[in-house]
Amino acid sequence: MGIRGFGETCAQAFEQAGLALTAVVADTGVVEPRVAVPIDCAAPDAELLFADWLNSLIYEMSTRRMLFAHFDVRIDGERTDGMRLHATAWGEGIDPSRHRLAVEIKGATYTALRVARVGGEWLAQTVVDV
Amino acid sequence: MDLALFRRRSDYEWEIPAHGAMRVPAVIFADEALVRAMDDKVYAQAVNVAKLPGIVKASYAMPDAHWGYGFPIGGVAAFDPDDGGVVSAGGVGFDISCGVRCLHTGLKRADVMPAQKALADALYDRIPAGLGSTGLIRLGAGETEAMLTRGAAWAVERGWGRVEDLERIEERGQMPHAKPGNVSPQAKKRQRDEMGTLGSGNHYLEVQEVTAVFDERIAASFGLAPGDVVVMIHCGSRGLGHQIGTEFLKRMAIAASQYGIALPDRELACAPIRSDVGQEYLGAMRAAINCALANRQILTHLVRQVFAAVLPRANLPLLYDVSHNTCKVEEHRVDGASKSLYVHRKGATRAFGPGHPDLPPAIRAAGQPVLIGGSMGTGSYVLAGTAGSEALAFSSACHGAGRAMSRHQAMRTFGGRQVVDDLAARGILIRSPSTRGVAEEAPDAYKNVTAVVDAADAAGLARKVARVEPLVCIKG
Repeated sequence: MGIRGFGETCAQAFEQAGLALTAVVADTGVVEPRVAVPIDCAAPDAELLFADWLNSLIYEMSTRRMLFAHFDVRIDGERTDGMRLHATAWGEGIDPSRHRLAVEIKGATYTALRVARVGGEWLAQTVVDV
Repeated sequence: MDLALFRRRSDYEWEIPAHGAMRVPAVIFADEALVRAMDDKVYAQAVNVAKLPGIVKASYAMPDAHWGYGFPIGGVAAFDPDDGGVVSAGGVGFDISCGVRCLHTGLKRADVMPAQKALADALYDRIPAGLGSTGLIRLGAGETEAMLTRGAAWAVERGWGRVEDLERIEERGQMPHAKPGNVSPQAKKRQRDEMGTLGSGNHYLEVQEVTAVFDERIAASFGLAPGDVVVMIHCGSRGLGHQIGTEFLKRMAIAASQYGIALPDRELACAPIRSDVGQEYLGAMRAAINCALANRQILTHLVRQVFAAVLPRANLPLLYDVSHNTCKVEEHRVDGASKSLYVHRKGATRAFGPGHPDLPPAIRAAGQPVLIGGSMGTGSYVLAGTAGSEALAFSSACHGAGRAMSRHQAMRTFGGRQVVDDLAARGILIRSPSTRGVAEEAPDAYKNVTAVVDAADAAGLARKVARVEPLVCIKG
């Protein structure tokens, strides 16, 4: 399933893609941002960093049995050893009676993986395996 | 796809001659209609796989091939370690050793139908299914190591199954050379609550009736006759396998250039078999295979418990258990000599032919059972490996129907409740925690499994033995 985030900055595009990730799994409109989870990742380039970001969310969703609805992402791309991401994801525990669950996500693939400025905005996209 | 892209070897074998950076040709097994309907990306992906170092003979695609991640789903490729061959985390995929097992019940349709609803409800109550569901078993560190080392054999030792189950599982239920130490703490944590769970998406547990037999001799050898009721379980290595796939995909994508490998697609992330990363992945991937085998074994135990309570006359020996997403070391004849090759099957089934020494004695003469899952509303099939399959595609066959419609499109087209009601009207009981999930898995969202199976049979990849149709389906 393809997911895509747009934003004025690369970080905003990552945040929107986080929301798209949740939409694959559940109805995003009813997920409450009650609990904050810190996420940090690092990768050699923006595309691998994006896949890492999504895979970190998938890992937290799986191990904490949570869904996330709000994201705050900061990207440090000035490092010589690659790029780093610091984020907070807000969400709540899975409630099958409210969240209209669909499928779990196995992982973010590198298929159709792209992080780029397109026109006046940033795009971050990939295909996730469900 | 445009047929002009291919050299037609036969009505069921379509070659893309090696060109550019391809080291070998690519070959698609399918009839003309299936090839025409295939996504153009299958062509591109089959070509890309043919560019990987050490690939032997050809990059193959099965009749159910569709756009995958790096490899096409339905892709098969073998690599020679003596020729710089690679192992690819992308070529195995995230759901390592996702597979299907089939259990006999010893019952006929007439025995089951009076208890059909009770059986559906009891299975749904007992089998953890769907997003966020957790299993009844929690493993400590020592038990996790044992599970990852011994697979279904570990589960049987723990009382979740019968010793005689093991010979009916690929690798006799225990993938050798697994290295639990190569599995990250994150992967183990992700599995902590997921032993004995079905998962979601296209994973299912079905009670099925044998509705047609195409080869009476082999069907008799497999113990299948019209009216027989069987159980099929489709699931994989759960969170542990997903995490291993995720971690090694990244490591191999970064490491490939260090090994001088130019990846035509990052998703084809790979490393030489004889490299530290390659060996580390193989050890972890084999541990994930054991996790999948143990998981299906525990689910088998739960199914037996349910039948014992609802239909106590039932006996549920295992017909066979196959894995779809694997890389296995196998001996194959290449140019007249036996070679030890690393065979990747991504959404494809191993299909050893009659007489293969790895098959259990009782069915060895018939060939390996090949279990093909359909959709909730159509049928599934049992095939058997053929003597000719090794020469065609390293003893491989298709694995399912393949999606005809995206999940998004299916969700917008079908209502989950309506799908459940329509199938109930046809005598098929669906139980699922997710109506949206049922909509996304609607029968019409899948291709015609019969066309895929007929093509596999006609191509000689595997022989059609029996058709089964669902009576009860537990969807994750």
